[in-house]
Amino acid sequence: MTEPIRSQLIAVEVNGERHERDVEARRLLVHFLRDDLDLTGTHVGCDTGNCGACTVLVDGVAIKSCMMLAVQADGSSIQTVEGLAPDGELHPLQQAFTSFHALQCGYCTPGMLMSAKHLLDHNPEPTEAEIRRAIQGNICRCTGYVNIVEAIAAAAKGGGA
Amino acid sequence: MSETTVTPDRPITVEETETAPGFIGVNVPRKEDRRLVQGEGVFVDDVKRHGMAYVHFVRSPYAHAAITRIDVSKAVALEGVYGTLLGEEVAAETDPFFQIAPPPAGELKDYALAVGKVRHVGEPVVAVAAATRELARDAADLVEVDYEPLEAVVDTEHAADPGVAQLHDEAPSNTIWQGNFDYGDYDAALAEADKVVRIKRLHFHRFSSTPLETSGAVVEYNRGTGQWTIHSNNQFPGFAIIMMGPALKVGMDKLRFVSQDIGGGFGNKICTHVQLVALCLLARKLKRAVNWTEWRTDQHTANSHGNERVFLDVEVPVRSDGTMLGFKARMIDDCGAFTRYEPLGCIIWAQVTPGVYRWRNVRVDFSQVCTNKSPCGPNRGYSRMQHLWFTERVIDIVAEQLGLDPVEIRKRNYIRADEMPYETPNGCVYDSGDYARCLDDALKLIDYGSIETRRRDAESRGKLLGVGIGSTLDSGTNNFGQSTIVNPELQFSGNNEVATVKLDIFGEIVVTLGTTPQGQSHETTAAQVVADLLQVEPDDVTVRAGHDSYWNSHAGFSGTYASQFAVTGLGAVKGATEMLREEILKIGAAVLGAESTEEVELGGGFVKRKDNPEAALPFMACGAIVNANNAVLPLELRDITLNCRYVYVPPHQLPDTERKYGNLTLTYANQIHACVVEVDPETGVYDIVDYGAVDDCGIRINPQIVEGQVQGATAQSIGAATHETFVYDEDGNLLTPNFYDYHVPHALDMPPMKTSSVESASPFTPLGAKGMGEGGGAGLSAVAAALQNALQGAGRPIVTSSSNPYHRVWELLQNPDESRSLVSVDER
Repeated sequence: MTEPIRSQLIAVEVNGERHERDVEARRLLVHFLRDDLDLTGTHVGCDTGNCGACTVLVDGVAIKSCMMLAVQADGSSIQTVEGLAPDGELHPLQQAFTSFHALQCGYCTPGMLMSAKHLLDHNPEPTEAEIRRAIQGNICRCTGYVNIVEAIAAAAKGGGA
Repeated sequence: MSETTVTPDRPITVEETETAPGFIGVNVPRKEDRRLVQGEGVFVDDVKRHGMAYVHFVRSPYAHAAITRIDVSKAVALEGVYGTLLGEEVAAETDPFFQIAPPPAGELKDYALAVGKVRHVGEPVVAVAAATRELARDAADLVEVDYEPLEAVVDTEHAADPGVAQLHDEAPSNTIWQGNFDYGDYDAALAEADKVVRIKRLHFHRFSSTPLETSGAVVEYNRGTGQWTIHSNNQFPGFAIIMMGPALKVGMDKLRFVSQDIGGGFGNKICTHVQLVALCLLARKLKRAVNWTEWRTDQHTANSHGNERVFLDVEVPVRSDGTMLGFKARMIDDCGAFTRYEPLGCIIWAQVTPGVYRWRNVRVDFSQVCTNKSPCGPNRGYSRMQHLWFTERVIDIVAEQLGLDPVEIRKRNYIRADEMPYETPNGCVYDSGDYARCLDDALKLIDYGSIETRRRDAESRGKLLGVGIGSTLDSGTNNFGQSTIVNPELQFSGNNEVATVKLDIFGEIVVTLGTTPQGQSHETTAAQVVADLLQVEPDDVTVRAGHDSYWNSHAGFSGTYASQFAVTGLGAVKGATEMLREEILKIGAAVLGAESTEEVELGGGFVKRKDNPEAALPFMACGAIVNANNAVLPLELRDITLNCRYVYVPPHQLPDTERKYGNLTLTYANQIHACVVEVDPETGVYDIVDYGAVDDCGIRINPQIVEGQVQGATAQSIGAATHETFVYDEDGNLLTPNFYDYHVPHALDMPPMKTSSVESASPFTPLGAKGMGEGGGAGLSAVAAALQNALQGAGRPIVTSSSNPYHRVWELLQNPDESRSLVSVDER
């Protein structure tokens, strides 16, 4: 009898950089990003897929990286919060989050930014209701969302600064 | 009955505010944000060490059981498992944690792992360390533990009844603490009353702020020096060290606490000393660094919960005009299975004994019980929130019973602005505030004048509209001397916080704080204060991120908790900066040939002669001279270091433990919230359709940051009022152990929120500021009051619980008389 395969070689592009790694079949994408690639900007806040702190873009789609296995991401292109300001110049969303005081502890912020980016990539002029719907999968325990919603709306209008 | 005056022999320290107009009071952008929006913060699970082990705890599936056998052999046989830690090892190598309670409850034994018995579901029994997170879980599954289940004690009200199972063999009952609080002359007030309103039972439910980052640590042990470095998100290292040093039998210098960014705390990260001791033992035993990152389900099941409390046999003497003379009640607080910070909650409520009201006669029988539920610990608004919810329920129930207007009865009973500073019946001195003005402002925010029109509009749509008010206090900079009221043997009093400010060799201004911020923007507000005092820009000031107890910026009570940074933390920053300013002026005067420091001043990063601004010495030169060229200085200036440390100590005094009397905190910020709900009478489903929050925390250093705290705290209390609850079944199983079952507010759940502020400067603090951030509890009261108001047209049920999810409202609608039967009025 042959042993079941426990690991697999995967190739992914993360923030424009290609990585090949042998990963355990059960390794979550979020732990692959955090522990194997040392991209610790993507956070873990729950164990049930509710909090959205681990949100990243996989081939342009916002997903919770704790709900996806690393092997499922094989061949994909991933964007994390570390890829938002590659040259050190803040993305309009990042600028708006700081201008509108949309973060306190900053733990939900990376996931919140990636959900917001996904929204604006597909809907450049969202209404407040659309913004709230887009981030309803991202829990923030500090802000009550007031300033987050304002920041996303401002970034959409090009008023991040 | 006593008069409402401040005791004349009580010294009150009024400090002058010396800082010139500048950056204080301005919305300076946060210094913390640049790293956090780029994912470049360092939270505890981001810390990595070579060969680090991952720790997973084997936890109890029973609420109450004897442990009869533990076998870890299969787990340690698994490849990649580094080792385990058992309760028997913990009992052999450590002393039980120091107890705040007096005997007999103070005799109970609390260790880092269960020893012989488990007392709540989720209690750690065995720790397993392995090469990966996944492997640690696999190995934990292979640990065999046999239990003999015991009767689970889950009912707060009856936990101390005769015949109920005992949690702790060393304590003779499940009562942890009991005390009688008697202020004014309650019997005389009762005799004088025209009416007496009685409430049989009110219940404040169990929930917690559930910070998005769970607890965790990376612990290293240096075998050569016997010193542990604890990278953690513990938010009160001062307390953790006081607990851990004796348990591990080491001095505090062997326990180095380090943190940078912390993903929310809200008090829930104060009591992690228990897990940290297990990690210290593992790091020493395994000779490698260990990482523990708590799973969300573990955080809900076995970390700090907010205290649950029942209020029984409440009695409120009232005059016909609505003047309330005080209250009497029996209160039972439920601290869960262990007393980790408790029974301090048994006195902390007394910081706000009469709430915001001129109630002079109070008689409370307060006790605390332990039950087979997760241990409680401080949770945003700790112990005062429960009590203030009680005072607000009392006022709205009295208003309802006597047919009085909720706004008018509040204004009749509020402490008035012209009575400040106001001494409460138990000796607390409310520093400043104008509650009636804040109420008017809150009512404006929700356009109170249009309520009757909106009520009719709601009715036309088949909905019931209601308005509610919540009036609360956020007492801050506590006097640890209050601990002696629960246990006169304790040797704690006062408070302190420390900061260092230095001007270094290249002219850089560097600030270190003793605090452990979790989103409270300390780097930013500290820079604002320093910038004003040294006449530079906040960008010129580096505030070190995080906390390190080896930085010499650690005082006994260092940490971030209990609404105090604007007072203690910034008080320390101000003190240290003033020392540094004086030293810079001395160097400048000497180098510029001035007769004294009176002839020079600071500006733009220079020391300048007042009579000739061209004669100026840059800060860089000051730093370079003192640090690297000091032979040029006259001998009498060689003691200048440009590295100044200041410990802020508030003007607290020892309380009178016999009378349970004294000023228990330094500042009393206040919040008045107003809430409008629309209820569907068919289903009990309701929406918060309008919400206004007014906050008065004295001088605001950075208004945007204060408003952020107000919004966040309000969201937490709305979440707690509407959905969040830790529900246990009769066997002690937690039914809401993660964010799937424990619903916290999402962006779509939040009502439109309006905020405004009033600034009543504190006369007692260095900057006129008050501690703030915990004031959101007003939302719990406002929602309860709004629901009761809305249901006036549906059988007039009385809201008796702080937890009001839709099904609870439906129950009130179905059987209003059940709740009404808990309330009565005696006419005299």
